[in-house]
Amino acid sequence: MSQAITHSAFFSQLKKYYLIYAGGFISFVLALAVAEQMGLSRQWIGYCFLFATIGLYAMIGIMSRTVDATEYYVAGRRVPAFFNGMATGADWMSAASFIGMAGTLYLSGFDGLAFVMGWTGGYCLVALFLAPYLRKFGQFTIPDFLGARYGGNIARSIGIFAAILCSFTYVVAQIYGVGIITSKFTGLEFGVGVFVGLGGILVCSFLGGMRAVTWTQVAQYIILIIAYLTPVVWLGVKHTGIPVPQLAYGPVLQKVSDLEKKITADPTEKEVRVLAKAAAAEAAAAPKDLAKATAARRATLEAELAKAKASNAPDYVVKSIENALNAWPTDPGKAGVFFAARKGLAANANPPRPHAQPFPGKDEAAQDIARRNFLGIVFCMMFGTAALPHILMRYYTTPNVRQARQSVFWSLFFIFLLYFTAPCLAVLAKYDVYSHLVGSKFSELPAWAAAWRVVDPALLTITDLNFDGIVQLAEIVLGGDIIVLATPEIAGLPYVVSGLVAAGGLAAALSTADGLLLTIANALSHDLYYKMIDPNASTARRVTVSKILLVVVALTAAWVTSFKPGNILFLVGAAFSLAASSFFPALVMGIFWKRANKWGAIVGMLAGLGVCWYYMCVTYPFLRDLFGITAPIASYQWFGMNAISAGVFGLPIGLLTIFVVSLLTPAPDKETQDLVEHVRYPNLAGDTLKTEAA
Amino acid sequence: MELTERHREYWRKNLIITAVLLLVWFIATFIEGWYARELNSITFLGFPLGFYMSAQGSLIIYVLVIGFYAWYMNKLDQEYGVDEGELE
Repeated sequence: MSQAITHSAFFSQLKKYYLIYAGGFISFVLALAVAEQMGLSRQWIGYCFLFATIGLYAMIGIMSRTVDATEYYVAGRRVPAFFNGMATGADWMSAASFIGMAGTLYLSGFDGLAFVMGWTGGYCLVALFLAPYLRKFGQFTIPDFLGARYGGNIARSIGIFAAILCSFTYVVAQIYGVGIITSKFTGLEFGVGVFVGLGGILVCSFLGGMRAVTWTQVAQYIILIIAYLTPVVWLGVKHTGIPVPQLAYGPVLQKVSDLEKKITADPTEKEVRVLAKAAAAEAAAAPKDLAKATAARRATLEAELAKAKASNAPDYVVKSIENALNAWPTDPGKAGVFFAARKGLAANANPPRPHAQPFPGKDEAAQDIARRNFLGIVFCMMFGTAALPHILMRYYTTPNVRQARQSVFWSLFFIFLLYFTAPCLAVLAKYDVYSHLVGSKFSELPAWAAAWRVVDPALLTITDLNFDGIVQLAEIVLGGDIIVLATPEIAGLPYVVSGLVAAGGLAAALSTADGLLLTIANALSHDLYYKMIDPNASTARRVTVSKILLVVVALTAAWVTSFKPGNILFLVGAAFSLAASSFFPALVMGIFWKRANKWGAIVGMLAGLGVCWYYMCVTYPFLRDLFGITAPIASYQWFGMNAISAGVFGLPIGLLTIFVVSLLTPAPDKETQDLVEHVRYPNLAGDTLKTEAA
Repeated sequence: MELTERHREYWRKNLIITAVLLLVWFIATFIEGWYARELNSITFLGFPLGFYMSAQGSLIIYVLVIGFYAWYMNKLDQEYGVDEGELE
């Protein structure tokens, strides 16, 4: 990748490399498939995928090592639109998108689509409001723009703080995902898995900064999209007969709706729903006195058995109760695990929610609140997308404004490929569960269900509540992640495809973590150290500081992750709301409104961030406990909005504050106004300003 | 630096196309989302329309919005002589 070659030659060279790479990867998968037929064990397939892909990323990292500032921070600004699109796609799609999205859609039906819309539609805002202008400005980080546009270090410092706050929240979720995947597919321990993954992240970003991260992300995108689409296409052929299931799953959705109605009305299902409610209540109360609950459960089972025998119940009923009794532990500690697994049954007390129906609720008012919250999540995810520094930063790396615009198009196109497949996967998987798993005998479960039930009860638990030996829907408790993880097996594909899916999930998590860590390290080394503490630092010194910080931040993030902080979806949502409230107003008004000034931006960013943070503190259970807030949530809620959509309030208040405070304080100077003109035109005759950093 | 009338016109046209595309985005997102229940009574390609739009239709509109913006603006740059020239 030498400096001297022309853009078009560089582009065709890249195309050639990545085509060879994609071909090589597919051959690797096929070779493993053959090896599997010849008897290679599952664990070894897992290892092969893990070490081959991480080794590959490391190799790209080593080949792209650099100490040059432009190379390190913005990949030399030579990344063609098409490839920047792929890199952004990988940067964007995290473990939550890859593994979690389809599961969320499976469990929450229409309401889950808020994330699908939010995480794609946000790119319209990136394209229309930010990417081309930031590219023209052409420095290294987002706080760079705030510093230049809003005169100095106060605005820059707030930018640094906000960038670190949202990126760090987000990176913890990614490293968590890396740990889960590596431990699940290789049998390594969670903690070891985290550090193996971390090694993969670091070797790449540490040596080559943005340059290495960019070329690795392109490679990761190719793996993750192949891994996501292969099993879905296969499953699609099975259920629709067409290899483009995204277009043809309408009739399957119709069948799912019919099955929902049938299951809702089915008398046995109704009976089991009552049992599920009771079992969940029993499990929830159990921890208070575990020994007593364990004994009580045993007594219940014995009574059931006596009753069944006395009433001459069919043999298989007697047998099922006997099995349950034999399996029931006497040790209260072990029983605790059983009870914990049964808590999930609480959701089964109600009939299945209709998959395609928007905004369910018991009355008009509840439905209205559901609709408002749906749109609230869409709003926050969209504006958050257009404000997350690790994404915006990617548009500094294209050769010019023209390519930056095209690059947003390619970004969304590559992201779209995954997001418009996820709803389809959710429906296909649901059809399989409703039509094949439900109604099958416990002694003859479909192979995938039998396998996953043993692997991890958190992902799949099936309990014969009414002892009839047949699976009812209300007896199944699913963890969302199983949808993507088990799809290859549901589709009847060999294990090698499961390994491929794990490699894809790993690629998604690693690529996002790379981009985020780089953002944090750059905010500290470039914005804080170079721009504010030691402006005379040499290039080599700056890059070295950045590399050291990268390792420190990565280790800190891994350390925080080791506490296994709960609810990933909330963490991610919070990062989006915070970004939307702090960055979006200041960035966009800085470009579109010349009169926006330093004080407006400073007060506006703080106000947006403050309101958003306040709302989360008073409405999110974890934070409420932390601050000892006891008054009911509803008394703090505005318009019934949930904590995850706090940006709905933070962003407008940020915009309004910038507007009012700017008008109350003096207009920005001529130089700043010239800067605004400068970023608005890709190439302005007579413009002497040069903002692009080399 | 003084802007010419042509420069101002370029910026005005940029603002207009931005506003128009933003409107399209707004309709595809929030108007569609608000009326999803009502749209579901219409069937499209075997899907309830409200579900289809949120799962796929709006996403396709987003891709088209961005593609059109890039094409239109890159053309406008050349028309008004503010383009960056060919990459060497």
